[in-house]
Formats: sequence, structure tokens, C-alpha cells
Amino acid sequence: MGDPALSRRGFLAASVAAGLGATALSGCGGDSDGGSSSGTTTIEWWNISTTEPTKTVWAGLAKKFEADNPTVKIKIVQLENDAYKSKMTALIASGKLPDIFHTWGGGVLRQQVDAGLVEDLTDVTKPWADGLLPVAKEPYLMDGKAYGIPFDIGMIGFWYNKALFKKAGISTPPTTWSGFLDAVRKLKAAGITPLALAGKEKWPGMYYWAYLAMRTAGVEALQKASESKDFTGAGFVRAGQHLKELVQLQPFQKGYLGAAYSTPTGQAATVGNGKAAMELMGQWAPVVEADAGKGLGADLGFFPFPEVEGGNGKITEVFGGGGGHALRRGAPQAAVDFLKFFASRTTDQELVKKTGVLPVVPAAEAALTDPNLKAVQAQLKAATGFQLYLDQAYAPAVGQEINDSVAALIAGSKSPEQAAQSITRTAKEAQ
Amino acid sequence: MTSTFLPDKRSGPAAGRPAPAVPADRARTRRRALNWLTAVAFQLPALVLFIGLVLLPMLFALYAAFFRWGGFGMPSDYIGGDNFTRLFQDDVFLGDLWRCLVLVVLSLALQLPFALAMAVLLNQRLRGRAVYRMLFFAPYVLSEAITGVLFSMVFAPDDGLADHVLGAVGLDGLGGEWFADPSSVMATLFLVMMWKYFGFHMMLYLAGLQSIPAELTEAALIDGAGPWQRFRNVTLPLLAPTLRISVFLSVIGSIQLFDLVWVVTQGGPDHHSETMAVTMFQFGFKRYQVGYASAISVVMFGICLVFALAYQRFVLRRDLEGATTTMRGDGT
Repeated sequence: MGDPALSRRGFLAASVAAGLGATALSGCGGDSDGGSSSGTTTIEWWNISTTEPTKTVWAGLAKKFEADNPTVKIKIVQLENDAYKSKMTALIASGKLPDIFHTWGGGVLRQQVDAGLVEDLTDVTKPWADGLLPVAKEPYLMDGKAYGIPFDIGMIGFWYNKALFKKAGISTPPTTWSGFLDAVRKLKAAGITPLALAGKEKWPGMYYWAYLAMRTAGVEALQKASESKDFTGAGFVRAGQHLKELVQLQPFQKGYLGAAYSTPTGQAATVGNGKAAMELMGQWAPVVEADAGKGLGADLGFFPFPEVEGGNGKITEVFGGGGGHALRRGAPQAAVDFLKFFASRTTDQELVKKTGVLPVVPAAEAALTDPNLKAVQAQLKAATGFQLYLDQAYAPAVGQEINDSVAALIAGSKSPEQAAQSITRTAKEAQ
Repeated sequence: MTSTFLPDKRSGPAAGRPAPAVPADRARTRRRALNWLTAVAFQLPALVLFIGLVLLPMLFALYAAFFRWGGFGMPSDYIGGDNFTRLFQDDVFLGDLWRCLVLVVLSLALQLPFALAMAVLLNQRLRGRAVYRMLFFAPYVLSEAITGVLFSMVFAPDDGLADHVLGAVGLDGLGGEWFADPSSVMATLFLVMMWKYFGFHMMLYLAGLQSIPAELTEAALIDGAGPWQRFRNVTLPLLAPTLRISVFLSVIGSIQLFDLVWVVTQGGPDHHSETMAVTMFQFGFKRYQVGYASAISVVMFGICLVFALAYQRFVLRRDLEGATTTMRGDGT
């Protein structure tokens, strides 16, 4: 019977080696806390810029800051969006945040502030932060105090493929909901998938419901619902019904319930590779489409979310938010200096030019050349109302429940009324 | 019928010895005290770690389960058993329990018999046996996260390997939306679980098979037993201890399933592949409802504990004889 012991040992050795290899692959670097020994200060900068070209540009800016401030070292930690949120949750529980960290403002930042973990930036940044675009600073203001400095501001809208629209015989982007549904029907009739959606990640689906709620119930109603913890108003139910109208046309790509956003088979790639005509996404969409897929170049266009006939909202009211940086309580002065450097005109111009963000420094506007981003910027400047992303504006539990209920609505397991009730129940539970 | 811990067999014969002199007795007491001290000194570090990192967090989770708590500061909003009441009215959690049961049943009904068949096959004289064993065991060594990423690519609708392969052999009709369809997500998930874990159980069985003396099979052969009879009446009964352990590990694994689901579907579409651990993660780390999440973890722990104790008490009793506490003092 041969020598089973020997072969088994050989086998074990081989599989252990394979296991170590797999572990090494999935292993990630440890973290060190920034200490200031021998005169240099190390500040840790956590961000979510994992895609190119932003990744390289930001690393270059950190180098530039280090060159200007020889006693400061910047340690960059980059995490993908969801991974960042999970990691931050763990850090919040431990009570120690990175020196500089990415924030979207709103409810999550408020929780971190309430837990006493975030530095109040009102006074230390006043001299230079006053000149920043007011709407961009909005998400980080809590009771009149500033807890974050924006580097980006943007909004959600439809990104569409002009070539596919032409093929389906749609000459101008729709401005009303019924016009939008007609466009979806025309695209389907032409054999084109009208919309790409990342159903697995839930937040892209939430955008539809949020915009519909803004168009039917109105921006003020969203604010009021958050305060009274009641989302069962007629406007919210109607928003769900309108979303259902859209879903019933089966407008999404095959397998959308399992699709992610930025993976090679995800929502952005589907549009970027010309396999779907539209996606409802933020101003970062062109960058991600080109990163995950081929990108559409000149064929890419932008139009705001259409108005709903008979609703309280206007087409000029925008749903969006931005990106900003907050500091942990007690972060070194060098971190404040870095924020100032990052919000300077020169830096903002570079960010606008190279990474496709919209300017937060008004003087940097000239650097904007992309016609699509100009269109977004024009929408933002002409905005008559603004609503921060719901999963950021509301307490995390409410934001997640909206994502979850809308996902159920899209999958067909909840009615518009049930979705409104679930959200209300969670809002009342989570004080 | 008395309850004793590990009956001390050495104390029996000692009773017959003559009573020792007093100084010897004192020396023995001192030696015993010294032994105790040494034992405590050596156990202390491990004990501190165990209490601090395992026991206290567990007790704290139990405590937090009775509060509405967002995870910041100490829990203060006591709500009694409300978290548990809510838990057992939540369709998603009840669904988790159902899906858990489905996975357990599928594992026991399909995965383990398959692993057993492969083990018996690979226990035969076979060219390249070691290579096969390693190939089948390799998936188990892979991390669950890597497995998840791998299979979300394989089962990507239209573009994935699975659909291409099915298309190439003219079975396009069998291809579907795999993980993206609420009605097929569990089946697809189980397929991946089977791929990943059957090798582990196969290895357990192989180890068990090799400890069965060849003489017994030979004797059965001489008595005229056919292959099935030899398997049914010789191999299977002697493999029973291994089978019982394998069933135990498989059930506990199914109850605690998390990594794979999280990477592949995050519990979707629309909660159709969600497990208790995924729900717990959603509430604890996405919604910051840590009190409620603790309640879920307490229920999970309870289910595992009850199962483990009952299984040890009623099924593993013979295998663990002498290693655990029993209710009988005589040790039979």
C-alpha cells in the first residue's frame, strides 16, 4: 500500500504552503500611530481615493506638502468606500480616529462629533475657509460649527450615452418623469438596456427614490420627515409608486440585483462599455466609468433628474453632497496646515484639472474644461434647493433602512406603502 | 447517582494503605500547596487573556442585548427584552433561521455523503491518489474572501465563466442569473460551499478510513460479504466516530456562515442569502444598532451552545468518554 504516511506528509506540506500563500495575499499592512519623535510629525491621512488618476494626484500633493514642510511626514491610508466605512466603525468604537480622515458630513459626522472624537475647525480655519463655496461647506456644519473642510461638491444626475439615445430616436434628454419613462420604452424597443444599476450595493437604487421624493414631496418634506420621524406622507408613497412604474418597465441590465458598482462587471462598467444607456450617479461617474470600463468620451452626456408632473419639487433642486476632510480631536497643527494647503487655489485647480472634481474654491472655476462637469457645475450654481445624500444626512440606521427598503421595492418584495412604513418604524426606533 | 468531575481512579487503592506518619503528611501538604501554586502561576496568563478577551466580551454582549445602544459610550437606555421580541418578529431574522436550517440539511444530505464517497474512492489503490487528495483539499485552504471574489466572477450573469462553459456545450438554458436571482442564490451559494468544504470532510474520512484494520475487511471478504455489505457493515460502523465529528463541524459551520456570503452577495438580493451573522453585521456595523446586533449574536450563541451541548451529550457521548463531564459517577 505504498507509504501513505510519507505521501500524506508531502500533501500536508504542500497544502500548508498553499494556505500560507493565500493568507499572505489577503494580508494587509499593519498600522502605526503617528508620533512626533526627533522633530518630525507624522500625520495619518485616510481617504477613499483608490481609483486613478486621483490616487496618484493625491499622493503627489502629499509629497508636495512634505517638501514645503520638511518636518511633516504624511502617511496615506487608502481604502475602498465600503471597506472604509467598516474600518471607521471599528475605529470609532475604539475611540481613536486617524489625524485626517474622509467624511461626507451629515448624520455619520454628527455621531462622531457627539462622541467627542472630531476637532472643531470653526476658528482655526476661519481666515481661509470663509472664501470656500458656501453650498460645499453645508454638510459639515453642525449647530453653526464647522467640523470638516470640503474638497469636492457634487450632485446626482443621469449620465447618458448620446450615441445610444440617437440610435433609439431620442433627440433631447427628458425633463419630465413621463418623458423619462417614454425614453426608457424607446430604448427598450431599440434593443438597448436603458439603465444600469448596482443592486447588490443598494445605495445607487436609493438615489431614484430620494430624487422622486424630492420631486413629489419636496425638499422641505424630506427635512420635516426627518424631524418628525414620519415618512408615510402621501408624497413619499407616491415616490415609491413612481419608482415602481419604472421598475415595471424592466429597464435594468441582466443580473442587476447582484451587480456591484465599480467592479469590471458592475454598474459603471456596464455604462462605460456601452452596454446600458444611462445611470443615475454622481459627478464622479465619468472617472469610474473610464476606470472600470472603457469610458464613453464625447458620447457621454449629463441631464438633471426630471420633474414629476404635479409634484412639489422643481428640476432645479439638487440631490448631492461632496467629500471633505475632518480631523480627529487633538490632531497636530500640521493637519490643519494640510487642510489649508488642500483647500488652496493652486491645489483646487490641480484637483479640478486632473481628478475631475468640481471646484470648492470659486477662483479655481476657470480650471473646469470638461463640458459635462461644466453642466453639473451650472446646475449646482443655479440650484434653488439642496438635499444631502440621505444615507449621510440621516442617522445611519435610517439611511440604511432607506437603502434596504428601496432595494426591496425594486426587487418587488415591498409595496411603496410598506417601504414608507419600514423607514418610519426605523426612524422612530433609532433615536 | 452522584455527579463527579473526572473520577480519580488513583484514590481507590490508596485507601488500603496504612496511615502515614505525621511529618510525612505535613510534607505532602506542602508539596501539594506548591503544586497548586505552580499550576496557578502557569495558568494565570492564559486565564487572564481568556477572561479578558473571550469571557468578558461575551458577557458584555449579553448585557448590551438588553439596551438600545448605538455603540458609543456605555449602554444606558435599558429596554428589557424588546430587542429579542423585535428579533423574533423580524421577517429577515426568521428567514435567517430558515436559511440556516436549509444549509444544514443540504450539507448533511449532499455534501457529507459526497465527501464520504470521494474518501472511499481515494482510499483505494489509485494512480495519482495523492494529487487528487490535494486537489480536492485545496479549496478548503483558500480564504473565504478569495473564494467569494473568484465565484462572483465565475457566476457573473452573461459574462462569467459558468455561462460561457454552459453556452459552449449547448446548455445555455441552464445558465441564469446565479447570485443575482432571489430564487437561485441559495443553490448557487451552496454549490460554492460544497466546492470549498467537501475536501475538508473528505480528509477527515480518509484519516478515519486508514485507521480501520485491513484484517476486518479481509475477514468480511472471506465470509463472502460483497462490496456494499463490507462498506455497510464494516467500514461505516468503524467510521462512525469520524462521521459524528464531521456532522458536528458542518452544522456549526453552517450556523456561523458569514465571510463567503458577505463577499459574494452581502446577503442579497433582497435578503435571500442573508445569514444570522450577516444580519448581525448589518445592524452592528452599518446601522450602529449595537444593542440589537448583540441580541442577534446572543441568539446565535444560544443556538450553537444548545446544539453543541445536546450533540455532545447524546451523540458524541461514546467518542468523548472520559474527556467531558458526565452525569454518571461509575464511568460506564
